[in-house]
Amino acid sequence: MKRKDPDLLLFHAPLLRQGMTTPKAMRDVLYALAPATLASLWFFGLSAALILGACIAGAVAAEWLFAQREARGESLRDASGILTGLLLGLTLPPGLPLWMAFLGGFVGISLGKAIWGGLGHNLFNPALLGRAFLLATFPIAMTTWVPINVDGGFLDVYPGNLALPFMQAGADGVTAATPLGMMKFEHTVTPLADLAFGKVSGSLGETSGLLLLLGGIFLWLRRDLDWRIPVSILLTVLVFSAALSMVDAARFPTPLFSVFSGGLLLGAIYMATDPVTSPITPKGAWIFGTGTGVLVMLIRVFGGLPEGVMYAILLMNAATPLIDRYTQPRVFGRGAESK
Amino acid sequence: MSASRDTASPSSLRLVLTLAIAGLISGIAIIGIYESTLPTITANKARELRAAVFKVLPGVSQMQALVYRDGELVALAEADKDESVVYGGYDERGEFVGYAVPGAGPGFQDTIALLYGYVPAEQQVVGMEILESRETPGLGDKIYKDAEFVAGFGALSTEPEIIAVKKGSKAAPNEIDAITGATISSKAVVRIINEAHVEWSERLPPPGSEPALNESESGGTGAGR
Amino acid sequence: MKKNESYEEFVKGVWRDNPVFVQVLGMCPMLAVTNSAINAIAMGLATFFVLVGSSILVSSFRHWIPKQVRISCFIIIIATFVTIADYTLLALVPKVHKELGAFIPLIVANCLILGRQEAFASRYPTRLAVFDAMGMAAGFLLALFSLGAVREILGDGALFGVKLFGENFEPWVIMILPPGGFLTLGVILLFFNWFKYKKDEFLAEVAEAERSS
Repeated sequence: MKRKDPDLLLFHAPLLRQGMTTPKAMRDVLYALAPATLASLWFFGLSAALILGACIAGAVAAEWLFAQREARGESLRDASGILTGLLLGLTLPPGLPLWMAFLGGFVGISLGKAIWGGLGHNLFNPALLGRAFLLATFPIAMTTWVPINVDGGFLDVYPGNLALPFMQAGADGVTAATPLGMMKFEHTVTPLADLAFGKVSGSLGETSGLLLLLGGIFLWLRRDLDWRIPVSILLTVLVFSAALSMVDAARFPTPLFSVFSGGLLLGAIYMATDPVTSPITPKGAWIFGTGTGVLVMLIRVFGGLPEGVMYAILLMNAATPLIDRYTQPRVFGRGAESK
Repeated sequence: MSASRDTASPSSLRLVLTLAIAGLISGIAIIGIYESTLPTITANKARELRAAVFKVLPGVSQMQALVYRDGELVALAEADKDESVVYGGYDERGEFVGYAVPGAGPGFQDTIALLYGYVPAEQQVVGMEILESRETPGLGDKIYKDAEFVAGFGALSTEPEIIAVKKGSKAAPNEIDAITGATISSKAVVRIINEAHVEWSERLPPPGSEPALNESESGGTGAGR
Repeated sequence: MKKNESYEEFVKGVWRDNPVFVQVLGMCPMLAVTNSAINAIAMGLATFFVLVGSSILVSSFRHWIPKQVRISCFIIIIATFVTIADYTLLALVPKVHKELGAFIPLIVANCLILGRQEAFASRYPTRLAVFDAMGMAAGFLLALFSLGAVREILGDGALFGVKLFGENFEPWVIMILPPGGFLTLGVILLFFNWFKYKKDEFLAEVAEAERSS
């Protein structure tokens, strides 16, 4: 269905059955993430597979544990737990101990979804909640980035991955700074081509901008996502950083660097658009996206952290009920006063 | 309600009297506990301060508090709350060694209060002790838990000012390796010391003419306040 | 019979009407100072002292205190005990006092304490009031300790400052920070309610079985 933003949605018979169901939408997102996931396997080898697997296992375990006994299989079937685990895994650093990845998936589902009442009732994006928990709990492990594994074989595993449960990642291996970290703390700019194709250090899924965009276009073609949210986030970031680099080009990043670095594409396309935690009205989606973009730039440029996509989306998640309330279309036939 | 046994509402006088008596007894109890614990509390604080001063000024075994009054440093006779104080450290023979200077400023989360030892003859910071901080456990709290970082203040030139540099890249006597992952807290510590140093450097007398240890007043211990 | 009565008042506070897990009172010290077991116990003991002391006084003077000014009188009594606890801790264990900081004076605002004076001590004889206060305070101490222990074990890998897992333990930093207090308390409340739910379910089943037999 292609239509303009109507002020009022009117349907009349025959009411066509739509093929869109929750499991189908979830599976579409999984397909859309496949290229980026494969890229992470290419860049980080077996480590990526282990981390993603641990996250998904944690998420599914929580999903199973907190389900009603009769509905245990049911809540797994819509693949939302797997998707949460995969999304979380893609935001983690490749050298993270596996037990932390498992814990993140478990906490993401239990605190981010189960205690709210399950799928559709949660206020915050479960994957990002899991990541926020991990970042607050293990700040060092979560900000230790390893260089990408270009020359090593596929089977080379980062030693940090195999730390025993509750134990540290052990002696410092080779570490590398992310492009945003280099920008913020050392004022070194990474070439754009490296950012777009993923030849940079970073979390599993944020390295390759182009593949993430590709998946986003697939989702948009399948009508699985509200295009207004990623578009408004990316536009806001572009405009904001263009304005900043006009002020002082040496100090602030260029607009394209801002878009392709860090977790912005991953967050804007796959996490901010989570239909449960983003506004339902078109106007609300614009507000949500713009707010997220502004927060991302504020945190990146003026905050103490190099990356702010996660906190920006979580904060806007919290504002979603409010946005929904203020952008509700008025009831047909009533005056402008009524809501 | 037991009190409701007095069915008629009691006179105002009785209410006032009850409260007054309760307040009086409470006041007496509080004064009693205050007076009886005060000596211990004062002694505790003095001991803590001495320990900190001796830690940041190696080789010091006696100290006295100094304030800047009318253009010169004088040994503190009686505490005046608004005046800022430094502590002069002296070795066993009563020879002046250096100053222990308190400083405070914003850290990553809350105010960091610290004490650093400064030897004017060498223009060097010789020690640093964090007195109070609420930095992030595991990261920012390394400013006092990381022995390497603290040891970095063992011989640090203050000319022209102290600079925190990335770990492992210390190249000049006035540079100190910051803590990986806690850059903000490390820089806060350095900034606090620099600010206190600028504030005090013009007040301190030229090396060699520091106030002598006032034996009679401090009795060799000079516990300060 | 009398003995049972006192025992009943004591146990009620520790378990069935636990001030934290069941009544959810006194959350401010609960969340603020439980980042280590020793802090939790110090806070629990200070509260114990204040609660028992003021309960004795309130209960003994309950016939003399006019009801119009009873709350003010309770507060004066409580505040006096809090001040005594504050200075005593400062003199005896300055380190712990520094950690607890502003939360010692804030015991006076702990609704658990004023609540017990109003609900129990001002209506019952001193002996029962003492047992009630001891039970409630013990329950509070128990709750503080369980929270403090969990948070210290996960957040620092230690209990009472003794390392449990060796040097390589990865501390859960969040557990020492304020959010850890909320998370731990939430999880403990979850288990408490789950346990209660299971118990009620079991009792209902037993009753059902008895009726049908």
